[in-house]
Amino acid sequence: MSRNDLSIILHLFLGSARLQKKRAFLTIASIAWGTVTILLLLAFGEGLKRQFARNEQAMGTNLAINWPGETSKVWKGLPEGRGVKPRIDDIPLLQQRMPDVQVWGEMTSSRTLMQYARKTVNARVIGPNWVYGDPRKHYPVPGGRFLGPQDEEQKRRVVFLGYELAEDLFVKENPVGKTILVNSSPFTVIGVMQRKTQTSAYGGQDKDHAVIPITTFRALFGRDKLNVVVLHVENEDDMEFALQRMNQFFAVRYSYDPRDERVFGTWNTVKGQRISAKIFLGMEMFFGIIGALTLIIGCVGVANIMYAVVKERTREIGVKMALGARRGWITGPFVLEGLIYTLLGGLAGGVIAILIVTVLGLLPLEDMKVMEFLGKPTLSWPIGAATVAILGTAGLLAGFFPARRAAAIDPAATLRYE
Amino acid sequence: MSRKSEGPSSDPSAGQIIHMQGIRKVYDTGKIKVEALKGINLSVSAGEFVAIVGPSGSGKSTLMNLIGCLDTPTDGQYRLGGEDVSKLDSDALADVRNRRVGFVFQGFNLLPQISAFENVEMPLVFGGVGVRERKQRVTDLLGRVGLGDRMEHKPTELSGGQMQRVAIARALAMQPDVILADEPTGNLDTTAGGDIMQLFAELWSQGKTLVVITHDMSLARRASRVVEVRDGRILRDVPSAEVA
Repeated sequence: MSRNDLSIILHLFLGSARLQKKRAFLTIASIAWGTVTILLLLAFGEGLKRQFARNEQAMGTNLAINWPGETSKVWKGLPEGRGVKPRIDDIPLLQQRMPDVQVWGEMTSSRTLMQYARKTVNARVIGPNWVYGDPRKHYPVPGGRFLGPQDEEQKRRVVFLGYELAEDLFVKENPVGKTILVNSSPFTVIGVMQRKTQTSAYGGQDKDHAVIPITTFRALFGRDKLNVVVLHVENEDDMEFALQRMNQFFAVRYSYDPRDERVFGTWNTVKGQRISAKIFLGMEMFFGIIGALTLIIGCVGVANIMYAVVKERTREIGVKMALGARRGWITGPFVLEGLIYTLLGGLAGGVIAILIVTVLGLLPLEDMKVMEFLGKPTLSWPIGAATVAILGTAGLLAGFFPARRAAAIDPAATLRYE
Repeated sequence: MSRKSEGPSSDPSAGQIIHMQGIRKVYDTGKIKVEALKGINLSVSAGEFVAIVGPSGSGKSTLMNLIGCLDTPTDGQYRLGGEDVSKLDSDALADVRNRRVGFVFQGFNLLPQISAFENVEMPLVFGGVGVRERKQRVTDLLGRVGLGDRMEHKPTELSGGQMQRVAIARALAMQPDVILADEPTGNLDTTAGGDIMQLFAELWSQGKTLVVITHDMSLARRASRVVEVRDGRILRDVPSAEVA
């Protein structure tokens, strides 16, 4: 196509576009509506996904929680059904065996009496190894800290509080540095957990419990059997192998068949993460399809109007052909019209969607329980790119088919006087 | 049946605007084939004013579409202004129509939403004529047809005779080899029709080549030659003086 062709097409297009402002406006509005719909659906989907992932990951990611149980196979003359009960001292040995994996044990005491001043509360106390803090996302509010290696070594009487438990005990007071009684023994509060919305947990929500060093726990409650053994890997693909090695370690130590997979009841969060990733991908595709369909309705509207225009201007097209218009000069303005309508509609829709998402983003999240789970609608570059691609294709097609019909017009047939 | 005899010159089409030889046109609708033209030989020299007459269904509309390059023949050779146009593709035909043919229709076929000026300008746009020259030529032409003061009027604001004059100005815009008119007075009252006939006579006297398809014998009598088409063939081709 030469520059001459372009200038002729532009001339013809400008001649026809200015004549039908109302029609153009309505067409653009329908495209804008479709664009807003697809963008908002995808933005809500993205926000929901991110918020859900954040909430689900509030417990931590790439974790395997292992509850000790009983053997289910006979082994070296020993019967099945023997209990396997790992102890605190197994953990350093296991950690030595697999230095690439983070390992810790936890002991739990539910409904334990805690007192501060005249307030008394029954709550869960967890005694884990100090490494627990980061992978389990127990981040302290500024001014406090989580447990450290010295606390464990020296069996210090220090406690880290979940934020709701801290509120129950202290109301508005700052708990850090204060002394509370846990099971009638005095403990110093060294930190309070930052707020987080948590949707998965074992034993209970993190915000409700108190965490003390595992060694202190043993001394306080006189137990050394672990309730759970937890593994944390950096890369989710390493989890299967880590679990195998753990089982082998305990199989030797407690004399059971290393192929016995029933000894530990295991919750491998990697599997869950993978499933929810798939679920959310499916959900986004679903939203995307609904949005795309809405947008396509808009484009069908454009095509429909352009078909009507072609039909209405059949004679006009015939006249132009008789006067020497090439087919491309007839189809060009139609394709251009379709593209410009979708472009303007897409732009308007994009601006509206961005405005809505921005306004929703300004609303405070904390005050609304629903929003804690729904999240905020989020627009991302892939969403934008997908929308532009759909719009562009649809716009081209919306102009192309009517234009093809226009080009097929036989000038000789239209020019006869009726 | 009399046919125009070819001249003694070695190139039979020399000096001829229209030269058709053995033109056949078959419309194939799939089920039935209709042979609208069954072998037409027709030549029109520069400066002639030819009227093509014949009853409806005789094939004269098909003949006009072929002369105007709106359609291509099934068979035969057609030279327009010395150029063989019987085998051209649609874009090339569009260019030929633009440069060589000026159409005038019974129903005027002006574009209704744009002004008289823009209507006359349209073929010049297709012909790639620059803006300044377009303005010059359009103003000239509308002045020549007596509509210098109606340039910004839309067709709906003009009378039938005025519309046809705009259409004639449009047909002249690209200085074509031939003006091809299809029943130019068929839609006009006697007075307006008379004006248009007068205008055609003037154009002829200025040396334009005119081919007019008409039922109107008063118009046909003004032509220099009358070609009568019947049943897809040329029945008569005689000077207009011989037409009763």
